[in-house]
Amino acid sequence: MGKIVMTADDSASVRQMVAFTLKQNGYDVIEAVDGQDALTKLAAKKVDMLLTDLNMPKLDGIGLIKGVRASALNKFIPIVMLTTESQDSKKAEGKSAGATGWIVKPFKPEQLIAVVKKVLG
Amino acid sequence: MFKEHIATYREEAGELLAELETSLLDLEETPDDDDLINRVFRAMHTIKGSGAMFGFDDIAAFTHEVETVFDLVRNGKMAVTKELLDLTLKSRDHITTLLAASVEGAEIDNAAGDVLIAGLRGLVAPSKANESQPEDVPSAAANTPADQTDQIEQTDLQTWRIRFQPNRELLLCGSNPVSLINELRSLGDCLVTAQFDGVPPLDALVGEHCYLYWDIVLTTSRGEAAIKDVFIFVEDDCQISIQLIDDQAAGEPEYKKLGQILVERGDLSPEALKQTLNQQKPLGELLVDQGAVTSDKVLSALDEQQQIRKIRQEQPAADASASIRVPAERLDQLVNLVGEMVTVQARLTQVSSTLGDATFISIAEEVERLTNELRDTALNIRMLPIGSTFSKFKRLVRDLSRELGKEIEMETFGADTELDKTVIEKLNDPLVHIIRNSIDHGVETPEKRIAAGKPAMGTIRLGAEHAGDSVLITIHDDGGGINRDAIRNKAIELEMIPANAELSDQEIYSYIFAPGFSMAAKITNISGRGVGMDVVKRGIEGLRGTITVDSELGKGTTITLKIPLTLAIIESLLVKIGPSHFVLPLGAVEECIELSREDIQAAHGRNLANVRGRLTPFICLRDQFVIGGERPDIEQIVIVSVRGERIGFVVDFVVGEHQTVIKPLGVLYQDVKGISGATILGDGSVALILSPGDLARMAETAELAQL
Repeated sequence: MGKIVMTADDSASVRQMVAFTLKQNGYDVIEAVDGQDALTKLAAKKVDMLLTDLNMPKLDGIGLIKGVRASALNKFIPIVMLTTESQDSKKAEGKSAGATGWIVKPFKPEQLIAVVKKVLG
Repeated sequence: MFKEHIATYREEAGELLAELETSLLDLEETPDDDDLINRVFRAMHTIKGSGAMFGFDDIAAFTHEVETVFDLVRNGKMAVTKELLDLTLKSRDHITTLLAASVEGAEIDNAAGDVLIAGLRGLVAPSKANESQPEDVPSAAANTPADQTDQIEQTDLQTWRIRFQPNRELLLCGSNPVSLINELRSLGDCLVTAQFDGVPPLDALVGEHCYLYWDIVLTTSRGEAAIKDVFIFVEDDCQISIQLIDDQAAGEPEYKKLGQILVERGDLSPEALKQTLNQQKPLGELLVDQGAVTSDKVLSALDEQQQIRKIRQEQPAADASASIRVPAERLDQLVNLVGEMVTVQARLTQVSSTLGDATFISIAEEVERLTNELRDTALNIRMLPIGSTFSKFKRLVRDLSRELGKEIEMETFGADTELDKTVIEKLNDPLVHIIRNSIDHGVETPEKRIAAGKPAMGTIRLGAEHAGDSVLITIHDDGGGINRDAIRNKAIELEMIPANAELSDQEIYSYIFAPGFSMAAKITNISGRGVGMDVVKRGIEGLRGTITVDSELGKGTTITLKIPLTLAIIESLLVKIGPSHFVLPLGAVEECIELSREDIQAAHGRNLANVRGRLTPFICLRDQFVIGGERPDIEQIVIVSVRGERIGFVVDFVVGEHQTVIKPLGVLYQDVKGISGATILGDGSVALILSPGDLARMAETAELAQL
């Protein structure tokens, strides 16, 4: 039984690529199409890690991170932001909201796996 | 599979562009609708981000410009104008064109894109000067921790001191310090000490907080960047100090003292250190007693010290420029190959001289010279100083003399004398026996020594020195010496010699090495079973070596072992008897003389030759090996030194010096007396290597049996 990673992204292509890469490396993947969808799914399911986009409809990445950190079930899971802004304030905002790390888009599958492995220990 | 992702992206981008168009048109109606503005921004953002991911760099670059403008609008820094919407709609169309072009591989009108970009930048400029200056489109190389793992920076081994003091709320961000430390461990040799002094009393403790911090000493070749990379997600809110403490390039063998390390780390003031140093207990203990630092800090500093010392100790072995560790079997293989080459070279020389072609001969000579150099070099590689063996005996002397109530001091000389590695290994047991014997039988008790007017402290001198192609190892004690009459009587008692035998000192001493011969009145733990010295003799002869004993009653005994430098290739004298070739170790050969029929007749059937007025016994090898055929009129006697005596070996013809590559004789023949090995000659035939010591003894035994 692999570790469970949730990927929250409104871009189907990114979700597909992330899910494919993770599954190939033995992880189980739950997909969420936006922050609200992610929170709803996380309320009922314990996961090992969350990968989230920052710009999403309904509830954005920052809101999702805050929501997860305030939840009971997944409070301490590592959260990695997928961000296009390499150095900007979003990263800091995400960090202070409780994100564990980040990965800058565009990224290669092996970079994604390296970061996932890093935060999952 | 990647193609499938791209197809998904196109589909997705198409949907987003359609949605974008609707949003833009709606925005024209209600320009202040934040939700619409966000939707436009997100659409652009996704098109850009995913575009870059799937290789649509032109789309990503262009969309970035539009996104930048809408970011300003979203943050209220720019108003939605008709002009902006116009440009954005045109941009949206341009993106559609780019997307379509990527499918069809059609030409792209870059100029149209540039005009749009210029227009967009123009809109931005008045509202916020220079904000949209070409910010690079995030590329794959941008600040993603994982890229650094791609490039492995390989430097020399360096040791780093890392203090990782996490933010209390580290755990609330989903970071796990254990996985970070494990990641450090994956970089190299790592010593980790957890520091507990930040942990509050139980009632003040918040379960979700991280109070611990860690001192880590890491030895890695990956460089500072790799270490920093481990902490990339936490470096902003944790205290991380990374210091280079040992650069192997500049390594002296000793590393800093504990106090110095603590002061350097800022855990201890120099004054406190000085104060404490004036007292005596181990520094670490004292510092803890005084409360200057906690015991964990001391442990961590000691870890660092230990780690660096360990690394530096290992360094000499790893230092490629100074020496290389090579498995012994590889050297053996090299020496074997050189041996083969020497054999082939001998053949080449022989063939060349037969053919008589001057050019060919000169080439053969060149090969010979090179082969000899190669041989010497190859043999030299296996040479080791004998000193390591010597130091073991110091301990032996100390322990044994104490057990026997004797006072004995051990002196050594020539510890740096080099010998073949295998020879050194095989010398160990014989030397143990000889030294035990010297302690037990040689050196007297202090009382006896004082009574004899000698210092109470006895001395055993163990030394090595070069002598030609041999090494002389001498074991001297200043004890009572060997009582030759006692040995003689014992030998007669054991019926080893007839009562009226006339024997030289050397002959008498040689009985010490006879199996079952013991002079000890009682058998002690140390010696006296009569098995020791014959083991010595066999061991030394196995090495093609010889033993000589010199002793003066009351003054002491010297045993000299003459050991050839190497076991693999020897200089030898090639001789011929009938059709057969034999080889005698050149080191033992003293001279060659002629033996004529008249000489034999003059000797009246005794095997004695008159060499410059001295009678020298000889052994006729033709008889010894039962080789038929006619004896030549003039034979040759090769005079060899055996245990200090000159003994002649009669052969038909002395061929000359020969490089002999020693080949062992197989299991069945290895115990054959008188022959110690074989070699292959230049023409491919085999010559046996004679063991003069064995042959002399066989002749003696045969002679005695006749008496």
